Amino acid sequence: MNGFIDLAKTLDWSPLWISLKTGVVATIISFFLGLWAARKVIRRDYRVKSILDGILTLPMVLPPTVAGFFLLLIFSRRRPFGIFLNDTFDIQVVHTWLGCIIAATVIAFPLMYRNARAAFEQIDANLVYAGRTLGMSEFSIFWRIVVPTAGPGIASGTILTFARAMGEYGATSMLAGNIPGKTGTVSQRIAMVIQDGDYLTAGFWVVIVLIIAFFAIFLINMITGKHMKNVRKW
Amino acid sequence: MKRLHADIHRRIGGFDLNVLIESDASRIGILGESGSGKSMTLKSIAGIEAVDSGHIEVDGRVLYDSSEKIDLKPQKRNVGYMFQNYALFPTMSVLKNVMAGLGKRNEENRSRAMDMLKRFRMDGYEDKLPGELSGGQQQRVALARIMVTDPALILLDEPYSALDSYLRDRMQVEMLEMLEDYTGQVVMVSHSRDELYRFSEELFIVSEGQIIRHGETKSVFRDPEHEIAARLTGCKNFSAARTVDEHTVEASDWGVTLKLEREIPSDITSIGYRAHCFEPVWGERQENCIRFDLLRTDDLPFEKNYYIRTVNDDSPVCWFVQGEEQRIIDERGLPDYLKIKEEQVLLLKQ
Repeated sequence: MNGFIDLAKTLDWSPLWISLKTGVVATIISFFLGLWAARKVIRRDYRVKSILDGILTLPMVLPPTVAGFFLLLIFSRRRPFGIFLNDTFDIQVVHTWLGCIIAATVIAFPLMYRNARAAFEQIDANLVYAGRTLGMSEFSIFWRIVVPTAGPGIASGTILTFARAMGEYGATSMLAGNIPGKTGTVSQRIAMVIQDGDYLTAGFWVVIVLIIAFFAIFLINMITGKHMKNVRKW
Repeated sequence: MKRLHADIHRRIGGFDLNVLIESDASRIGILGESGSGKSMTLKSIAGIEAVDSGHIEVDGRVLYDSSEKIDLKPQKRNVGYMFQNYALFPTMSVLKNVMAGLGKRNEENRSRAMDMLKRFRMDGYEDKLPGELSGGQQQRVALARIMVTDPALILLDEPYSALDSYLRDRMQVEMLEMLEDYTGQVVMVSHSRDELYRFSEELFIVSEGQIIRHGETKSVFRDPEHEIAARLTGCKNFSAARTVDEHTVEASDWGVTLKLEREIPSDITSIGYRAHCFEPVWGERQENCIRFDLLRTDDLPFEKNYYIRTVNDDSPVCWFVQGEEQRIIDERGLPDYLKIKEEQVLLLKQ
């Protein structure tokens, strides 16, 4: 126990902040992108829907290293798009914090999209029709009726997205690398210190990750549970 | 001059909708079975269901015209629509629901919404969520939410189907009261003849995507002209008809030849007779009588249903007896014949 306390005093806390920052930014991007994609996809007929849905869900099903491979292919500074970004906008993705965000967003986005889509599909279409006949704009129908009604599903999607984005390892290590203080996330730090045989530091980070993960799930249950009061038990 | 004109053509899957609703009545009814296209007609007028071709005009304003390529968004149609399940926004309070169609959430709109809630005796409930209200209260809020936007036309889609039977009776009366001050036209769609008989001045009967009969409500009930229309207005007894001469027709399923004073059109295919309209006859057989050969009896709270065997075993004739008439039968015993009264005979086409 004393070892833990000593460790906490001398520890480099940067991985936690990098992970949290990455998680927050990736969640915000995924949130809007996921809602937007879900709304677009549910309006398509089922054939287009299955194809779009497959593409949007792929990053969740693929091994993160495969996603990382594709991301490198796109953003590498030796590839056309990477060169274009670097030369035109002075933007570098590989081995930067931006890489962390992109990797985490790509991997976590499907969780947001799928949860939002499932929640939207449960919505009574009459609510939207009623909004229209009452003269409400599509924008305000979406933000004032659809999103609040789909609230619990969207909330749990957001939290899952955050948890997944924070814990991302595979694609991040390939695209952003593990540069301490810059792209070194908690998951990468754990892998690194274990390679050095430092189980105490690894254990310390594991505990922190466990606490955050449990808190996320607890939060989901609190939010969705409030709306489930009237559901009959079986 | 208020006038609804809705000429709607739509083909979807194997279903064809071709209806023309044209009326200047303030209360219009559309009667039809589920799947007949009556709800689709209503949704097309509101613009929430697409139309292939036609012309929709409310109060002199064209909402849709395929040849002129006019197709106003539902937001621009100024048509109020009450959904079967009321479609109140579940996460908004009653007051916010009523304000939803008013745009800005300012003090002026707030007081307009409150006035409307007061008019519908829903003040005091403004902070409740729709889920906390009873069915009847939800309906009042739904109507308040529509009325506050001052629509040119109100559409009611099976407004009582979500209510239990006690509330249904009460809300039918209440609905007429709530709409009393409304000067625009109201269209109600229903499969219930009672609701529409009470509500509408002009009635359209729709079957398989076609209007098969329309006219002043009472005259449609008096003479439905069409077998399906007769069935929808509650006629229970039908027989195939074979015209013998201008005043004689054979009701072959009942095994009786009817002699009528009025002239019988040669194109009729069946005869309808309402179950409440038979006249019991004891003793001698009279003209236009069928033999009272009892098959079975059903007891209902306020009436007795007698089923009488006929030539056609598949379609016994039903005779519904209430009150005074039942007392006479209890005294004199079951009649020997049932007389078909000429003025109640419905001459029908397929």
